[in-house]
Amino acid sequence: MPSKKDILDLHFMDARYKLIDLAAFLDRVERHPGEADFRLAGFKKALPILLSDQPGRAKAVLEALSDHSTEPAEAATIQFAYGAPQ
Amino acid sequence: MKYIEPHAHMVSRTTDDYEKLALAGCAALCEPAFWAGFDRSSPAGFYDYYRQLTDYEPKRAAKYGIPHFCWLCINPKEAEDPVFAREVMSIIPEFLDKPTVLGIGEIGLNKNTRNELAIFEEHVQLALDRDLPILIHTPHLEDKLKGTKLILDALGSFSKLDRGKVIVDHVEEHTVNLVLEKGYWAGMTLYPESKCTPNRAIDMLETCDSDRLWLNSACDWGVSDPLAVVKCGFEMKRRKKSAEEIERVLFENPKRFLSQSPNFKIG
Repeated sequence: MPSKKDILDLHFMDARYKLIDLAAFLDRVERHPGEADFRLAGFKKALPILLSDQPGRAKAVLEALSDHSTEPAEAATIQFAYGAPQ
Repeated sequence: MKYIEPHAHMVSRTTDDYEKLALAGCAALCEPAFWAGFDRSSPAGFYDYYRQLTDYEPKRAAKYGIPHFCWLCINPKEAEDPVFAREVMSIIPEFLDKPTVLGIGEIGLNKNTRNELAIFEEHVQLALDRDLPILIHTPHLEDKLKGTKLILDALGSFSKLDRGKVIVDHVEEHTVNLVLEKGYWAGMTLYPESKCTPNRAIDMLETCDSDRLWLNSACDWGVSDPLAVVKCGFEMKRRKKSAEEIERVLFENPKRFLSQSPNFKIG
């Protein structure tokens, strides 16, 4: 099994690249005019999960970005998904 | 690297992709019926699609030495109109005896509606009546968790269902154990922009019961990579997985599930 250092050697640069891209995305949204929508709110709600000391962070982020209602919808008004619950 | 691609939509891919798959070591390929990127206007459109899946694509794949199998259904995106969906379903039995048909799929939910759920349950009954395996699509993004729970609840009402003959596809970290704990198989889809990255899939292989997991590319007309499975195998190698472990996940697992269909035969 690879050690922590092995995992860092393999994936640190990729994770660093993605972390900076997230930061740049937030700057980009803020810099542009108009109102953001529920997607940005959902995104910001999920961000603190990254700082948790508990395992299962990916699961927790996915759950934060999920629809938690339980009853089937009466009808489909759209065919696609947004990536965050409305 | 010897592997099986258990979920690919080759009707949307070029012949060049078959060559790449063959060069990469693809030993068999399975193609579930799906949404073509637009809604078909008549059952006749589906009739021709099923002909393409059961006749034309196996011949195209054979030119590259790849055995091609398929799953049949009307996908959930086009199942919101139940009258239309039932018309399409009425033509499916004519194709189920074709020699490369594995079972019913990819059925499931898209926007988690009552009509989608009704058509899903009718497909499950069709599979039970024919004693066929089932391949299930779970919804995208924010709809996946709710849809997976609705699907598992619906399956629970079929007392005669052999859960080992059902695979619930497109699982992610928040749904994989819901599926495995109920006794079903689970599929992880490797997409460049959504679903799983190779490394997330390997994380799940490390932390879940990997005996009932498979990997697929689900390559189609959208952003996807027909070589995603074999690239994940390469990532497994970088993460010090043995050749035996890689072959178990990429070849033996899908072979074990798919062999439950009498039509799945590979050399």
